Amino acid sequence: MIDVIRILAALLALGGALFTLAAAIGVLRLPDLYTRMHAASKAGSVATGMVMIALALVAASTGEALRALAAVLFFLLTAPISAHLLARAAYATGTRLWPDSVLDEMPQQPTGLRRIKLPPEPSGPPADRPSEGSVKP
Amino acid sequence: MTLRDLADLVVPFALHVAMAALALAFLLVIWRIWKGPTLADRVLGLDLITSTTVCFIGVIAIDTGFTIYVDVAIGLGLVGFLATVAFARFILVQEKKDEAASHRLEAGDKAADEGSA
Repeated sequence: MIDVIRILAALLALGGALFTLAAAIGVLRLPDLYTRMHAASKAGSVATGMVMIALALVAASTGEALRALAAVLFFLLTAPISAHLLARAAYATGTRLWPDSVLDEMPQQPTGLRRIKLPPEPSGPPADRPSEGSVKP
Repeated sequence: MTLRDLADLVVPFALHVAMAALALAFLLVIWRIWKGPTLADRVLGLDLITSTTVCFIGVIAIDTGFTIYVDVAIGLGLVGFLATVAFARFILVQEKKDEAASHRLEAGDKAADEGSA
């Protein structure tokens, strides 16, 4: 039985490594930032999840196995958040889509997007930002 | 051939192939970080390097039997997440600074035009 579990863990780890390799090839080959992000964030979380499940299968103690499963949960929670933040930051700063993209569902108002997303500037006198009202679209 | 022989044959082979694939993934992502072209691409590459390193730690933990390494993997994943979030905020703030500077320039140009007129 322990041998079956070892073989299963080794195959899971191999699958996770091949997922990571696919993500790396996608990050290298795909045409723009958003398609690269599509490859990286998804395959990254799946790959780490598979390796951590493999680690939980062969763990020496129950505590280590439970921590490995908690790590899977943690990666599943945090990978979409960081990818979302990075994509929003890139879009707000003007990174455009690939010219062959079919649809851009975000409105084409980069200044309005910036004004919504950013917190107010904490310091600095208001006279330092002249004609703030006149610049608004 | 017993099941134990099969496991002793398959497990090291699979783990070594996994390590080779992860090493190749490292090289490809480093190539992307080198090429850029924007800061966001490089941040994405660093994020993927973090998850590749977590996978590497997991595979080495399975290979050597020191499964206590799972704590290192969790810590590295936490640091990588925070680094990506901080870099995303940095990209936004950087752009805001550029925008404020360009506003200031435009206002200065307007003031100069009004002064001359």
